[in-house]
Amino acid sequence: MREKAMTTSTPAPHGTADAATAGTPATQGNRGGGLLDPRQLLRALPDALRKLDPRTLWRNPVMLIVEIGAAFTTVLTVADPSVFALAITVWLWLTVIFANLAEAVAEGRGKAQAAALRRAKTDAVATRALDWSRGAAPGTYRTESVPAPQLRQGDVVVVEAGETIPGDGDVVEGIASVDESAITGESAPVIRESGGDRSAVTGGTKVLSDRIVVMITQKPGESFIDRMINLVEGANRQKTPNEIALNILLSALTIIFLLAVVTLQPLAIFSKNFQAAAPDSNAVTDGGVTGIVLVSLLVCLIPTTIGALLSAIGIAGMDRLVQRNVLAMSGRAVEAAGDVNTLLLDKTGTITLGNRQAAEFLPVDGLDAAGVADAAQLSSLADETPEGRSVVVLAKNEFGLREREPGLMPHATFVPFTAQTRMSGVDQGAQGGAGGARRIRKGAAAAVMKWVRDNGGHPTEQVGQIVDEISGLGGTPLVVAEHVDGQPARALGVIHLKDVVKAGMRERFDEMRAMGIRTVMITGDNPRTAKAIADEAGVDDFLAEATPEDKLALIRKEQEGGRLVAMTGDGTNDAPALAQADVGVAMNTGTSAAKEAGNMVDLDSDPTKLIEIVEIGKQLLITRGALTTFSISNDIAKYFAIIPAMFAGIYPGLDTLNVMRLSSPESAILAAVIFNALVIVALIPLALRGVRYRPGAASKLLSRNLLVYGLGGIVVPFVGIKLIDLLIQFIPGVS
Amino acid sequence: MTVTTAGVLFIVSLLAALVAVHKPFGDYLYRVVSGTRHSRVEQGIYRLVGVNPAAEQSWGVYARGVLAFSAVSILFLYGFMRLQNHLWLSLGFDPVIAHGAWNTAVSFVTNTNWQWYPGESTMGHLVQMAGLAVQNFVSAAVGIAVAVALVRGFARSRTGELGNFWVDLTRILLRVLLPIAVLGAVVLMVGGAVQNLSGGTDVTTLTGGTQTITGGPVASQEVIKELGTNGGGFYNVNSAHPFENPTTWTNWIEIFLILLIPFSLPRVFGRMVGQNRQGYAIVAVMAILALASITLTNVFELTGNGTVPQAVGAALEGKEVRFDVSNSATFAAATTLTSTGAVNSFHDSYTALGGGTLLVNMMLGEVVPGGVGAGLYGLLILAVITVFVAGLMVGRTPEYVGKKIGSREIKFASLYFLVTPALVLIGTAAAFATGNNSTALNVGPHGMSEVLYTFTSASNNNGSALAGITVSTPWWNTALGLCMLLGRFLPIILVLALAGSLARQQPTPASEGTLPTHRPLFVGMVVGVTVILVALTFLPALALGPLAEGL
Repeated sequence: MREKAMTTSTPAPHGTADAATAGTPATQGNRGGGLLDPRQLLRALPDALRKLDPRTLWRNPVMLIVEIGAAFTTVLTVADPSVFALAITVWLWLTVIFANLAEAVAEGRGKAQAAALRRAKTDAVATRALDWSRGAAPGTYRTESVPAPQLRQGDVVVVEAGETIPGDGDVVEGIASVDESAITGESAPVIRESGGDRSAVTGGTKVLSDRIVVMITQKPGESFIDRMINLVEGANRQKTPNEIALNILLSALTIIFLLAVVTLQPLAIFSKNFQAAAPDSNAVTDGGVTGIVLVSLLVCLIPTTIGALLSAIGIAGMDRLVQRNVLAMSGRAVEAAGDVNTLLLDKTGTITLGNRQAAEFLPVDGLDAAGVADAAQLSSLADETPEGRSVVVLAKNEFGLREREPGLMPHATFVPFTAQTRMSGVDQGAQGGAGGARRIRKGAAAAVMKWVRDNGGHPTEQVGQIVDEISGLGGTPLVVAEHVDGQPARALGVIHLKDVVKAGMRERFDEMRAMGIRTVMITGDNPRTAKAIADEAGVDDFLAEATPEDKLALIRKEQEGGRLVAMTGDGTNDAPALAQADVGVAMNTGTSAAKEAGNMVDLDSDPTKLIEIVEIGKQLLITRGALTTFSISNDIAKYFAIIPAMFAGIYPGLDTLNVMRLSSPESAILAAVIFNALVIVALIPLALRGVRYRPGAASKLLSRNLLVYGLGGIVVPFVGIKLIDLLIQFIPGVS
Repeated sequence: MTVTTAGVLFIVSLLAALVAVHKPFGDYLYRVVSGTRHSRVEQGIYRLVGVNPAAEQSWGVYARGVLAFSAVSILFLYGFMRLQNHLWLSLGFDPVIAHGAWNTAVSFVTNTNWQWYPGESTMGHLVQMAGLAVQNFVSAAVGIAVAVALVRGFARSRTGELGNFWVDLTRILLRVLLPIAVLGAVVLMVGGAVQNLSGGTDVTTLTGGTQTITGGPVASQEVIKELGTNGGGFYNVNSAHPFENPTTWTNWIEIFLILLIPFSLPRVFGRMVGQNRQGYAIVAVMAILALASITLTNVFELTGNGTVPQAVGAALEGKEVRFDVSNSATFAAATTLTSTGAVNSFHDSYTALGGGTLLVNMMLGEVVPGGVGAGLYGLLILAVITVFVAGLMVGRTPEYVGKKIGSREIKFASLYFLVTPALVLIGTAAAFATGNNSTALNVGPHGMSEVLYTFTSASNNNGSALAGITVSTPWWNTALGLCMLLGRFLPIILVLALAGSLARQQPTPASEGTLPTHRPLFVGMVVGVTVILVALTFLPALALGPLAEGL
């Protein structure tokens, strides 16, 4: 499988574009749609022909039957050549080839990505440490060089700056910046360090600075990159549960039609003998319906459209996830994503921005807010934390206070924020004798209040009240205070820092609700805080003061109620919950334990992506359902073409059924067969792109899809067959 | 009142009566199958046959119960017929021929009541009463029990248990079928149906010949024949015989009895799954298709083309004047829609398209409303298939009343809908391929229809005959017996297996993302799927039969 892929993967312009953009976060949305590039079809042709091998085709019973039928008509055509027989035979073969083409095109996209990944998988030489122990200084243990593929689980390797990490593992010593662009497509280096939740490294990525010691966690040949290659290539693609169920239904339909066609023969012979005067035709002779026509009828009736496109739909669904930089370890997980009833979302980073931001200046003791803002801004200029920056931004937005460059202010000494003082501020020298030197401090309420008391002041009760209020609301209060020489220090006001819900989240959650998905916010905050944010963001429920055990218990509870749960996580303590969830999306930045436990990995480490994953899962199922409906609806028109063509010669009354007024029996049958083949090609882009999915209630979705694919499936072939008939009626031997 | 108005009134009054009755009667049925108390008689029966009424059964045990009970019934009936000359009230008839006894035994146990023989001149009174009539009761009860077991599969969760077959059987017999049958028999007797043990009265006819007029326990068999959607008549001409169906109003009563239980069972479904609207949706599917079919049959018969029908204004040949065209057509539609198979007119004489409609009624799989029990489980299977395709289109693993339709469920449902078409098509083709179609009275498309109708009727356990075909040959009796047997019990096994797998699931709570299965859109889809599946399967065969004849 792999060798074949290597030799055939010639990434042409479109393919390389795919591979290159595969890495970038999929902001471009529904990519890869649009019309199918004819060159893409041409490139997939050799593969499509190779798939004609019955040993490959047996996995697709519907198309196998078409192939057997085509082989049968080939024999009949050779024995008794005619233009009609030849045309039917050619189009039957084309039907099989078109089906294979759909699959080959879908696979081709993955192959281009796989080729790009393989380039990253250089066979590095690893430096294996033989008797390393934790804390051992470099040089105190022996090392040896081994080829990377020979590394086993538990081996410890040393990776220096500029070297490629030889395999997946955890950093056990040191800290380094690592270029992971080979996998994520993101060129900015990331930090990997021993201990904590940022310890996982991936084979094939490159250490840019420093030196780390890595303990290998992968088995040989099962690295993350290996798995990625297999996934995007669809090498060991397993059929998903719904796909299996659909295959059973399609097989049953195929058997029914096979029976309907085979059992028609004695009836046809009986009817023909009854109307002995009716002349023999290309369709019916005294020996019954001709083999060519019988096969044509069968192929037109069995669900070839969906049968041809089913595996392409599955491959393309996985591909769409890869385009969004999500790796699903199984198709089952993608399908489960479509079924999810409950989404567990971490508050920080998913629902709210990662950091709290200043939202309001609250003055105390009769001061005005602008004065507080001014003091707050001055005291925050030297605070480079996101919270500090947000104070400056708020002062500018609310009071139009320009940011003052530290250098432009003489006599001012800035006091930067430190974790020890938990304050930042500024010391302004006395200006022209007007008043004494002024010192302003801003920081954690307790720290600043202490500073006020230390400088002879007494914070009023009002400050304490506001601080308590803000804490109660789930915000963080920062107190601003000043100390002018000669006077007791005093508190000026309070800055309200709060979690800021990401833009558009409420709409997202409303959409989810319309889709029937409940969102639950998980946070370590106290219940009151959690409720405030939950209300603001519009989630359905929240779990406050959540421990990993609580999370796991919540998932179990939901599952016991028959619900499917999806969640994201990155830490080692998330691993049990990730494993328990039906869809567990691990962040690529997370620990290898988390990545191992989840059934998907998000290379962008963007927890919001869970929502997109759900949509892709749904789209996958919808596409299958829609094309099945379309395929079955098509049969009605085909009957109206073929039945009068076969039997109107015997019973002229049946010509009433020829509602399309097709020109001759031969052209009617051929038109139906041609339509049946062409519709496969016409639907390849839809199969690859997926049916458009707009979040909404199930009943709306159903009526829309039913209208388009059910009713459309009934009407389209009437038009299509008629048009084809108009064209081919001029072919001699068919008219 | 014109014929048309009378016909419309007849249909409308039937519809009104069914609408009025299906709820309270459905509720009663619900209480019967879900109650926990046992009457003294029932307790006696359980003790007698050694059944613990509190013991629940898995689907396998339930199915074994059904199969064992039916196997014993077949053997018993077979022996009964073969030995009837040694028994009391035999009226001097000979033992029934072996292939015929096999056919009839299977026929009555499978609720088909296909009759290859003229009843009044083949079976003695004891066989009729203690053999055939008993099966009319128990085969109907078996059908209802299986349907209830399937509904329990939907209603229950995380259990392998589907109830107790013996308890279901006993309760349905004692609390539903027997009381109504007694009441109905009295009503029919009031209407003029006979009920005696007479061996026959010789009368001199107008032309001077003698005719033996056979009496017998007619009314009692007539009522269960309709109520249990059996259809096996006491007389050869079935409900066209004045002793079976004397007047227009007994005709109305008989049609009402035919439709009563099948149309009430969806209510039981709704009650048991705790959502009455799900039951309404199912009954709506049944009603829409049934009304459409009844209307079509009426239209084809009243406006029938052909020389004679056009001369007299309607296709009156083969119909009883006391019922007229419309009421005969309505009876014919009702009997073919319900797997009853009783007839009050000669289906062979129907117009090509009218007869074709009756044929299609059966091809629908006897689901609108279908036989007692069998109709409900058949339609639920179609609903499952509809849910599967539709559910995918809303982007979820399909679910029906909280149960996921996965590969296991779709496997059973697919096999279910494969069985009967396979039997019909293979049987019909075999008849033509082996030349056994030659016993058909007609040649050409009508002869084709006769054969196709016969196999459709047997495989779908309907039992009505287009007639015009001699089926008393060993080949026909054996083949049709096989069709009836497989057409009944393979689906039952599959239904129970499906029920078992549904019952084990834990329910998925409904949400906005769940496909609503009680709205008109879904009802329309089930109607569409039912019709399209049938059309796609049978259109080639229909084209050479009724369509060739009628177009």
